[in-house]
Amino acid sequence: MAYLGNPPDTQKDMLAELGLTRHSELFRSIPESLRFKGDLNLPPAETEMDLVRHVRTLAKRNRPAGDTVSFLGGGVYDHFIPSAIDALTSRGEFLTCYTPYQAEASQGTLQILWEYQTMIAELTGMELANASLYDGASAVAEAAMMAAAVTRRRKVIVSQTLHPESLACLKTYLINTDLEPVTVPWKNGAADMETIAGLLDDETACVIAQTPNFFGVIEPMEKLSEMAHAIGALLVVSVDPISLGLLASPGEYEADIVVGEGQSLGLPMNMGGPSLGFLATRKKFARQIPGRLVGRTVDHHGKACFCLTLQTREQHIRREKATSNICTNEGLMTVRAMLYLSLVGAAGLKEVARLCAAKAHYLAEGLSQIKGFGVRYAAPFFKEFVLECDQDADRVLARVAKHGILGGVPMARFYPQMSNRLLVAVTEKRTRAELDAFIAAVSQ
Amino acid sequence: MPEPLIFDKSQPGQRAVEFPPSDVPNAGPVLPENLLRRKPPRLPEVAERSVVRHLTILSRENFSVDTNFYPLGSCTMKYNPRVNEQLSGLPEFTGLHPYQFDEDCQGTLAILWQLQEMLKEITGLPGVSLQPAAGAHGELTAMLMFAAWFRDRGERRTTILVPDSAHGTNPASAAIAGFKIVQVRSNEHGLIDLDDLRSKLDASVAGMMLTCPNTLGLFETDVGEVAKLLHGVGAKLYIDGANLNAILGVTRPGDWGADALHINTHKTLSTPHGGGGPGAGPIAVAADLVPFLPVPRIERGETGVFHLVDTGHPKSIGRVRAFLGQTGVLLRAYCYLRRLGARGVRETAENAVLNARYLQSRCPKDFATPYAGDCMHEFVLSGTPLKKAFGVRTLDVAKRLIDRGIHPPTVYFPLIVDEAMMIEPTETERRRTLDWFADVLAEIVAEAKADADQLHDAPHTTSISRADEVRAARDLDLRYTWDEAK
Repeated sequence: MAYLGNPPDTQKDMLAELGLTRHSELFRSIPESLRFKGDLNLPPAETEMDLVRHVRTLAKRNRPAGDTVSFLGGGVYDHFIPSAIDALTSRGEFLTCYTPYQAEASQGTLQILWEYQTMIAELTGMELANASLYDGASAVAEAAMMAAAVTRRRKVIVSQTLHPESLACLKTYLINTDLEPVTVPWKNGAADMETIAGLLDDETACVIAQTPNFFGVIEPMEKLSEMAHAIGALLVVSVDPISLGLLASPGEYEADIVVGEGQSLGLPMNMGGPSLGFLATRKKFARQIPGRLVGRTVDHHGKACFCLTLQTREQHIRREKATSNICTNEGLMTVRAMLYLSLVGAAGLKEVARLCAAKAHYLAEGLSQIKGFGVRYAAPFFKEFVLECDQDADRVLARVAKHGILGGVPMARFYPQMSNRLLVAVTEKRTRAELDAFIAAVSQ
Repeated sequence: MPEPLIFDKSQPGQRAVEFPPSDVPNAGPVLPENLLRRKPPRLPEVAERSVVRHLTILSRENFSVDTNFYPLGSCTMKYNPRVNEQLSGLPEFTGLHPYQFDEDCQGTLAILWQLQEMLKEITGLPGVSLQPAAGAHGELTAMLMFAAWFRDRGERRTTILVPDSAHGTNPASAAIAGFKIVQVRSNEHGLIDLDDLRSKLDASVAGMMLTCPNTLGLFETDVGEVAKLLHGVGAKLYIDGANLNAILGVTRPGDWGADALHINTHKTLSTPHGGGGPGAGPIAVAADLVPFLPVPRIERGETGVFHLVDTGHPKSIGRVRAFLGQTGVLLRAYCYLRRLGARGVRETAENAVLNARYLQSRCPKDFATPYAGDCMHEFVLSGTPLKKAFGVRTLDVAKRLIDRGIHPPTVYFPLIVDEAMMIEPTETERRRTLDWFADVLAEIVAEAKADADQLHDAPHTTSISRADEVRAARDLDLRYTWDEAK
């Protein structure tokens, strides 16, 4: 077997030095009755050459959105990825290192993480950020638990305009805790401010909202922020990081905890994973943050350096009293995000966001000209909108598919009553010709 | 800091990536002014060359499996085959969107479905979910399933038992799932103390989380009895699969009576650690837990077509993350298992144990071996004798190893061993590396005898000396502030 360190003869010699003759004698401490007899029923071993052939054949059975004209969104988007990102993250020194517990042997990873923390804090307008969580959905759940720990309150008010999979994840996480999620149905595609106002009380730990929300609508965050803070609750926001090139940062409306899915920051779509959950917050909540944090310090000679810090919050020290159970996070994906933000810069990010918004609005306008079609919600949107059709959305998708277009995510996937609606996302990669082709295909 | 911060390399107006001008007509601003950002983020303004150089220079500051021996116990730092990287990076995989129709994703779904089947066979358990993003996430998923299983039967059980030698994630995961933690003692052999376990078993116990082989590198010989005792009070056995590499193809948790376990693909199945992720933590479960597995499920229809199924599983605990899982990581795990086959899987365990056992026999006897049993894939030494005789701590030994180009073993864990040093060479290292490591340890012992101060100050060869972690926690400095810019 090619990945073993020693050829059979060396193995034999090593066994002999241990006074053994066969490998099976290495397992004497496993009771005979528990040993597996015979060979596992697994597919036969393949050489590298055969594996490449077989996996490439299977790969051809995929029809990736990246090869088509895709208007798919809903949390994962087909944004442009600068080529330097793949080149640098495939370096073995980043790919094959472990969590940087040994600071002196990990300054590369640690410095990048610290720079990443800075960039996420800047992007969200917050004071600090952690070194990543699994994904945007589980980050919402972590934020809710963090808000409860900060406020020592139990009620979690969630606008149902949150991504339905984030909402599902939140409910799964909280089901056996004493936290009580209260879901508030939307009104005109946005958070229902009146109902939320009525629910806010001195037991409320936080209000959770996503902006732009699942329908693409930009939520009235300043108002939500005022309402939550008036009663001593925190505002938890889930954001699309690309939108922050253009839209008000959560810091500007005084959010307390900001989370989101970082896939847009230089990660391939990869059918949804590996993903990148980010979390940013206020400095005063640093000790309640879930997950790893990198701090800058000095070495014994007074030289600036980096190390993991506040580890007493974490599971390997604090065990059942830890702020979270997370250990392995999304290390290499933070390198991608740090690289994306460095390569694109603030000016580039603004360009990307403007292009997305301009093209999305051009498409929405064009589609609205077609009889029987229109944008479902009147509220301002960023790069994504719900298209109301006069027929089943699947029929529209089938029609545009003939032109090599993936026309959007059918809303019935999440809400069966919305069978005539499509969630349409537009990134900077879509050209005017593609947008016009989509409009033409829909109107046929 | 051998390399300046990227922020200090910033030059106003510099760009690496530019985007084409808008090709759609814009009649005025598309969004109302009050929704727009007022203060732009301060991101670096750098050329691509600066970014590439920055990262390349920083890469040299890392130890990695590719560049260093990395005997980090319980982390299984085995070699990461490059064919896995190449194949999982094919655009047909990376370009898939999670909400494409099943017919567009048949290649990926076929691979993931077959990975599930292989994991069932390896673990001896009939149900698998690939959704959890890491080992601790798998633990949490399984704990939520235990809770749901009892709730479904109208029972409310409050307690999860955890050995004193357990990974910290075990009690943390069980606590988030709403359980109270009760600790079970290890006996003088480093194994579960069955009497202590019996004394803690009652109708409030939902289950126990057990690592096997355990964190001392010892096989829990009574694991079958542990399962029986738990099942006797209606409780369940969870196996922390962090150490699965030791037993692949040799013995299967399902055959011990385990009800659930997780697999760390980034340990056992050769997917890269990436500096702390991305990993994946698939779980395997017994038949009665299958209805409670998270959604979506990957199912094969009668015609051989694969489906991603969200609905029709009313007892499912729901989602533990968005989308399907760490798909790109799981593809690598599949490639690895297909390269190995049944024989390769077993040889992996055999060589993981052989290398550990051999290295243990070669390590200097100046370190104590607190638990004498036959080690599996890893073993734990104690530096207590060096501390007593020369005032040299395990931390000093660890830092001195860095000077010799060796990543330190896991230190100060498990918590039940003083001055612990947990060593896991993995099956992918050759004998000469093991011999060299043992020789280096002996040289460090000699240094301890001759000049302990040299060890207290180690490492000497890295670009920084020991980081002041106390100061890092006291004077929190978690981000760049532009006040420091020149």
